[in-house]
Amino acid sequence: MEQVVQQIVNGLALGFIYALIALGYSLVYGIIRLINFAHGDIIMVGAYVALFSYLILGVGFVPALLIAMVTCSLLGVTIERVAYKPLREAPRIAALITAIGVSFLLEYGFQLFFGPQQRAFPEFFKTHHYKLGILSVTNEQILILSIAVVLMLLLNFIVMKTKTGMAMRAVSFDKDAARLMGINVDNTISATFALGTALAAAAGMLLGLYYQQIDPLMGFTPGLKAFISAVIGGIGSIPGAMIGGLVLGITEVLVVSLGYSTLKDGVAFLLLILVLLIRPRGIFGEKVVEKV
Amino acid sequence: MLKISGLKAWYGSINALKGIDLEVKKGEIVTLIGANGAGKSTTLKCISGLLKQVEGEIIFEDKNILGVPAHKIVEQGICQVPEGRRIFGNLTVRENLLMGAYTVKDRKIIDEKMERVFSIFPRLKERINQLGGTLSGGEQQMLAIGRALMSEPKLLLLDEPSLGLAPFLVVEIFKIIQEINKQGTTILLVEQNAHMALQIAHRGYVLETGRIVLSGTSQELYANEEVKKAYLGA
Repeated sequence: MEQVVQQIVNGLALGFIYALIALGYSLVYGIIRLINFAHGDIIMVGAYVALFSYLILGVGFVPALLIAMVTCSLLGVTIERVAYKPLREAPRIAALITAIGVSFLLEYGFQLFFGPQQRAFPEFFKTHHYKLGILSVTNEQILILSIAVVLMLLLNFIVMKTKTGMAMRAVSFDKDAARLMGINVDNTISATFALGTALAAAAGMLLGLYYQQIDPLMGFTPGLKAFISAVIGGIGSIPGAMIGGLVLGITEVLVVSLGYSTLKDGVAFLLLILVLLIRPRGIFGEKVVEKV
Repeated sequence: MLKISGLKAWYGSINALKGIDLEVKKGEIVTLIGANGAGKSTTLKCISGLLKQVEGEIIFEDKNILGVPAHKIVEQGICQVPEGRRIFGNLTVRENLLMGAYTVKDRKIIDEKMERVFSIFPRLKERINQLGGTLSGGEQQMLAIGRALMSEPKLLLLDEPSLGLAPFLVVEIFKIIQEINKQGTTILLVEQNAHMALQIAHRGYVLETGRIVLSGTSQELYANEEVKKAYLGA
């Protein structure tokens, strides 16, 4: 029992990272109905930006995090404007294929310029172990949890309370109606990409802390896992992305702790298949109410 | 106030408007009537900037607004209530109204406008925190009109406000439209329900396959034999 609780605690950190990434998937899907497969690679870019700001500028954790988030926001907005916007009226499959193309461009572009080898991620802190009763937690886990929670609360505030957030929800529901209200749809979509990619950048930095090393392909698997999380929670739903991420993170750590570490990716996909079979719209999937 | 001349519009290779001339004067209710596919909604979409393949002139208060993107039209003082209401079902009534005031920066003005909308549609105030998608059809139409009023348009474009509503609700909505007009908003009304439209409009135009075939005061149109036969079912 102790063992299980301890593993759940360990799984929370990973789960929150997946949740952060999944939020980006869901935000973008919600507004332009695109599975942005390049989203996972933004994680990698975020981790590299954090690494280089540490190496070159010598900054600490928080400035590195902020630099990574801002840089990736700009990158996200640029990708949207250059690669996806021209395809907005095209069939969805065209944008999807383009997203995969952008993903390859980032992965192999980074391999070309920064080499394919793994790099050590800076230890911003010395790891401490704290005893909480029967549980043992590290300061890194606490940091990951608190950053993820703060960012999620911030995102929730932006989406639910601010004018831009309201416009994002309006655009996701009906673009033409939003235009008729004077909402600049293109800018609103850009804002959504900026938010989603900033979260991915933060997740990238936290993943760097978690695994202590980064490489140009590091975003691929967590990207897919986060996509699965978003589907489990109900794609397009913000609470769904959070819950889906946690479910997946904890499941994965439990599978590993049972001794089946080679199966952990398989179990993630098994979960996806089960959700698609049993409840395709996910836990919080929207049931659209329509009046004719 | 609004003067349209030689307006043509296409959907791909389909020519939906073949050259339309019409005028709306300040303070009027002008109605466009016609059958399905005549080009009524298309005309509104041209004014509100939703259509890109357009040609001609739309002069609103001495400015040609043809080609101005949809989200900039609201700032000019024109707001459209789209066909099928198109309220934001995932937003609350309050949020829907706030989106209507998207171009308004001043919070105080927004509050005043919201009060005005609630005085016209008290029902919306009761439902203020309910999601738009959970409202009944009539309430959604009220919300759609209220949302458009939030930007305090000089010209309100209404596309089929009677669509899918019970007869007594249609009467109620049309009364409200008349009331909004009396309070100073000019209205361009597109309707299939020619009977109702001609009752509240000052003037009207009859559209057929992308052309205006008839125009005149409501009384003239009401008395016209062709209109009677084709649109009033007499």
